[in-house]
Amino acid sequence: MVTNVTSLGRSGLYDWMIQRATAVVVGVYVCVIVGFLLQHPDLSYEQWKAFMTTTAMRIFSVLSFIAVVAHVWVGLWTISTDYIKPMWLRLSFQGFCAVALFMCFVWAVLILWGV
Amino acid sequence: MLQVKVYRYDPEAGKGAKPYFKIYEVDTQGKDLMVLEVLNLVKEQDETLAYRRSCREGVCGSDGMNMNGKNGLACVTALSEVLKSGEVLVLRPLPGLPVVRDLVVDMTPFYKQYEKVKPYLINDDPAPAIERLQSPEDRDKLDGLYECILCACCSTSCPSFWWNPDKFVGPAGLLQAYRFLADSRDQATDERLSDLEDPFSVFRCRGIMNCVNVCPKGLNPTKAIGHIRTMLLSRAS
Repeated sequence: MVTNVTSLGRSGLYDWMIQRATAVVVGVYVCVIVGFLLQHPDLSYEQWKAFMTTTAMRIFSVLSFIAVVAHVWVGLWTISTDYIKPMWLRLSFQGFCAVALFMCFVWAVLILWGV
Repeated sequence: MLQVKVYRYDPEAGKGAKPYFKIYEVDTQGKDLMVLEVLNLVKEQDETLAYRRSCREGVCGSDGMNMNGKNGLACVTALSEVLKSGEVLVLRPLPGLPVVRDLVVDMTPFYKQYEKVKPYLINDDPAPAIERLQSPEDRDKLDGLYECILCACCSTSCPSFWWNPDKFVGPAGLLQAYRFLADSRDQATDERLSDLEDPFSVFRCRGIMNCVNVCPKGLNPTKAIGHIRTMLLSRAS
């Protein structure tokens, strides 16, 4: 058993499941957005705003943001443990990614709720 | 005449000894020789060349090496399989393992991972008088698993093993892990799965299937790894 303190689920199985489950959520979200865009070839700002600010879409959007953040974290964590061998550099990279992902998430929620 | 470019490294050559390629000319007399036979001809020219070989028929797994970029057993790989017309035969040691000398690598990291999966039957029941029986159906489950000869061609062609040879078990070890997980006579399934659940041992496999591509016995470690993942998932859900 090889343990690692910065792994998201503390277990390979959980990280693997998180990555697959979040991929499904993001995939469905993309399909919904693309489907909406295809149904509205002459889309106006008002239509787009009305669609994105419905409670259901807001909840789905936030869920997708969380899914993207979790998916990206597992991926970047894997890359960092593959390629960055000096511990200080790896932890710095992981810290930078964690802060950047958190900022992106908050920013996305602010945009969603700001309109 | 066939040009053979061989990786040479002699750590005893003195301080600052560096690896280099040496080119040999070998007369194959137009025959489609096995790479091991070509190496033997090179050895006749240069006795200082070091490489491992034993059974020369793909059973012992000693002469695993990288031939024109692809891992395989020199004794069962014909020149026509690795050469296009007019090409140079380039021989390198198995990638990702420390080189002892020339084409001989230190297999310790590979064996350590193999040892980690406890590659032996664990059964606490008193041993029967003759043998532990299996149904023919249970025995069939071991086909495609037990044939591994531990040549390390698969693990040393796997980038995940190159980056984490101390943490990722590697395709050869995982094939053996599943060989015992699938064995109806083994009683340590839960313990074995617990040992493999971490983020590295199994889950560092990204499924690129280099292992399947190079296995000289035609085995499929990626499929075995998939079965281990399914077992881990079934146990946790």
